[in-house]
Amino acid sequence: MAETPVPPLLEIENLCLSYFTRAGEIPAVKDFSLTLRAGESVGLVGESGCGKSTVAMGIMRYMGNNGGIVGGSIKFRGRDMATLDENEIRRLRGSQISMIYQEPMAALNPSLTIGQQLMEVPLAHDDVSKAEAFERSVQMLTDVRLPDAERVMGAYPHQISGGQQQRVVIAMALLSNPALLLLDEPTTALDVTVEAGIVQLIAELSRKYDTALLYISHNLGLMLEVCERIGVMYSGEVVEEGTIDSIFTWPKHPYTHGLFGCIPLPHCDKNARPLVAIPGQLPLPHERPPGCNFGPRCTFFKGGLCDAESIAIEPVTTDDDPRHRVRCVRWKEFDADEAVVAGESKPPVEVGEPVLEVDAMQKYYEVHDHSMAALISGKSIKYVKANESLNFTARRGETVAIVGESGCGKSTFAKVLMGLESATDGEVRLEGENIADLPVQSRSTEQLSNLQMVFQNPNDTLNPSHTIGAQIARVIRKFGVETDKAKARARVLALLDTVKLPRDFAKRRPRQLSGGQKQRIGIARAFAGAPSMVIADEPVSALDVSVAAAVTELLTDIQREHKTTLLFISHDLSVVRYLADRVVVMYLGQIMERGTTDQVFAPPYHPYTEALLSAVPIADPEIEKRQIVLEGNLPSALNPPKGCPFASRCHSSLGDICDQERPPVQFAADRHAIACHIPMEELAKVEPVIKIITERAADVPPPAE
Amino acid sequence: MAEHSETADQTASTGAALMRAIRSFALLKESPVGVVGVTIVLFWITMALLAPVLAPFDPLATLQPFAKPGTVYAKGGTFWLGTDHIGRDILSRIIWGSRTVLVYAPLATLCAYVVGIIMGLAAGYRLGWWDLVLSRISDIILSFPVLVLYIIIIATIGASGLNIIIAITFASAPGIMRIVRGLVLDLRNREYVAAAETRGETPMYIMLVEILPNARGPLIVDACLRLGYVIITIGVLGFLGLGLPPPDPDWGGMINETRQMALAFPHMTIYPCLAVSSLILGFNLLADGLREISLRD
Repeated sequence: MAETPVPPLLEIENLCLSYFTRAGEIPAVKDFSLTLRAGESVGLVGESGCGKSTVAMGIMRYMGNNGGIVGGSIKFRGRDMATLDENEIRRLRGSQISMIYQEPMAALNPSLTIGQQLMEVPLAHDDVSKAEAFERSVQMLTDVRLPDAERVMGAYPHQISGGQQQRVVIAMALLSNPALLLLDEPTTALDVTVEAGIVQLIAELSRKYDTALLYISHNLGLMLEVCERIGVMYSGEVVEEGTIDSIFTWPKHPYTHGLFGCIPLPHCDKNARPLVAIPGQLPLPHERPPGCNFGPRCTFFKGGLCDAESIAIEPVTTDDDPRHRVRCVRWKEFDADEAVVAGESKPPVEVGEPVLEVDAMQKYYEVHDHSMAALISGKSIKYVKANESLNFTARRGETVAIVGESGCGKSTFAKVLMGLESATDGEVRLEGENIADLPVQSRSTEQLSNLQMVFQNPNDTLNPSHTIGAQIARVIRKFGVETDKAKARARVLALLDTVKLPRDFAKRRPRQLSGGQKQRIGIARAFAGAPSMVIADEPVSALDVSVAAAVTELLTDIQREHKTTLLFISHDLSVVRYLADRVVVMYLGQIMERGTTDQVFAPPYHPYTEALLSAVPIADPEIEKRQIVLEGNLPSALNPPKGCPFASRCHSSLGDICDQERPPVQFAADRHAIACHIPMEELAKVEPVIKIITERAADVPPPAE
Repeated sequence: MAEHSETADQTASTGAALMRAIRSFALLKESPVGVVGVTIVLFWITMALLAPVLAPFDPLATLQPFAKPGTVYAKGGTFWLGTDHIGRDILSRIIWGSRTVLVYAPLATLCAYVVGIIMGLAAGYRLGWWDLVLSRISDIILSFPVLVLYIIIIATIGASGLNIIIAITFASAPGIMRIVRGLVLDLRNREYVAAAETRGETPMYIMLVEILPNARGPLIVDACLRLGYVIITIGVLGFLGLGLPPPDPDWGGMINETRQMALAFPHMTIYPCLAVSSLILGFNLLADGLREISLRD
């Protein structure tokens, strides 16, 4: 590659960033180097607390009162950022360098209209007239493909959906035509089908305006789709960097390799090829080990070598990527197949008799409309149809996943099962007894202990005021497993063993535990009463990948051992494919498709399943996906489409019949149902969304040295 | 072996609890304002506890009327802060009066909290009719001017220590109920509450064991502020002649009895006033300090 005379857009050399707290200096980022040219897109990937967001803040020189650059340099267009004064920095922010944050609702001011907030950008940076600013804002809203831009200009943030808000935030970031766009988890808060649209939009716009992108995310699959190069960060350092190809095909750092082992890729299987979690957890910034930060968790660790001195990043010479660099002293000896133990294969679970039968279950919420129009027309009561005629069966030992995006009614369904809400109509039979309209207060101890739940938010699932031991013991006594105090105590310790936590955790309080550990306690609590069925509502979605894998494995192991039926509620199709035996796909309170995992993940598909599959990023370059990007938003549950709920966004809608009539439930095979107007023969002809092009990459030997 | 380690654990956990208590008190050091507050409050608590030792004279004895501060008493001793119109030593009365305040104010606050917490928990957790009725009741009580309310209550049931507590409870509980209700509305949506519900816990258990302990932070801060406010109230009641019946020393009563002579003999009024203000200041600073600490981290 010829040397270009133009200095790169962004040049970061050996950057060190620290925060200064009461506990002293905390190095957040160490020895970080990056070169970014116009139009390039580079990703930073890592788990929470690895310093990736701090890098973005450092580039913006926005480190707060207690943070600062302690070493190295950031050059933007050849100028050292450290030499700029406050005014110059302010002119740079928002005009040359823009940032897109994770939470669109928090990034927009709720008390100003979208228009006011957008126009502020050209008014502040380009010194234009109000009319001109308005013009540009409308143009930009059209560019980010918001329908009806003029109306959006006058709207307040809460009046538009989350996906639209994020488009507005993107429009705001691009209004001043920045040379560099920093994206900090730009799609993490959005649904997958919305995410797919946003990702495509950012790529198009960056091509159009030649903007350089710095993507920050924890999602390796997303990185694969949006970046040319990535840096993998661990505990404040880049441990490996290179082009997408070299990182995904020949990862050289044990951590990178470990990360791939934690992600449920299509070739994984909970029985034959289970996930391999990285043992241990991320060290706190002030407790980093000497030498390699990853040392204590590394299976390839060699005392005296890895923990001797801090390790410099060095180029990888064994492949054809000149930019592939790795921070590991033993990378040459690192042999993926040898170092990473493949997960033990386990026998599949035998599926028994039905445990849960859901029969035409409905849950409507009444909404009272007090408007004049409603009073006159006499329609003052409206119904939110949270669940509409749900039908499915879960058998003993089986894992049934309920998949759907936010607002599809999956959490309402869980509430009805748990007795926190009662069904409007239909039957839900658990072990043969109808519990559909049996509120939790009237359920017997047996019914209660038979059906327990693992909650989503690790910080919320345990009561911060009581010790772990007391909380588990309460469940044990409540369900009458053990009534004697000493025996209950012994049982608590046994449960801690089951979830692989040290016994002295019984005396700790939740705040002394990490997210993954709290979630393990949540699992222990759910299984304390030997339930026949456990509902897990997104149990790992709030956890880091390496921790999530361990928790997922734990959950399946306990389930296997106790022959428990698991109802797994999730929006993440990758985890679902890995974990579930059967899948129920929901949209707007209705079941679109249900069947075994293999059936649902292969044609014939329901068009919605097809779109979902296409939207989920997969961290495997050997997989090819058909692009299906859904337009529009989820319709309001208060006013759902008359015919098929999905008709308004469907890419293969048949027109009138879909809009007007409820789709019939067609059976592709026994217990594989699809609710769609399109004839089964047509659906069966659809090509698979996901295709594996070649053999698995890791099995292919890297080129000879 | 198991027995042994059990007892060792017990001692260790008691030790740890003690350490925690010391550490949480030491935390107050990080707020200078809080330290000043604690010092003032501790000063008055010491006064109250050691009143028989510290007070130079009998607070009820009529000794030498209209003595200026620093007058030496013929039968021995000095009136450091002077005497009042019927010859009682003001310093001794202030010291003994701190007992009245420091017994009735915390007791009244505690009663108000018990009632307010019960109402707030019920309204915030049960919602529906409970919430409607309890909230309207507290709205009605809060719509009265507080002073008028006190006068009506005390005038109806008579002035006594117990009645002061009843009156303060009646007037303060609705405010506390609102705070508790707000906290409960947030806490009841936590997943650990859902977990308790789905294992069939009674509402009473959920309210007292799962929710209340997690509301303690803001409530402790509010209690300190309210304690100061109750001291004012007791002072005002004493001033209005609705406090403890004489001759017991009572700061508000002392101010009231001597206010007509305040111009000629300012020491009779000023020192009790200073006593009341300093104690209230102490509690307010303590509350500020606690809030400052709780906002950190």
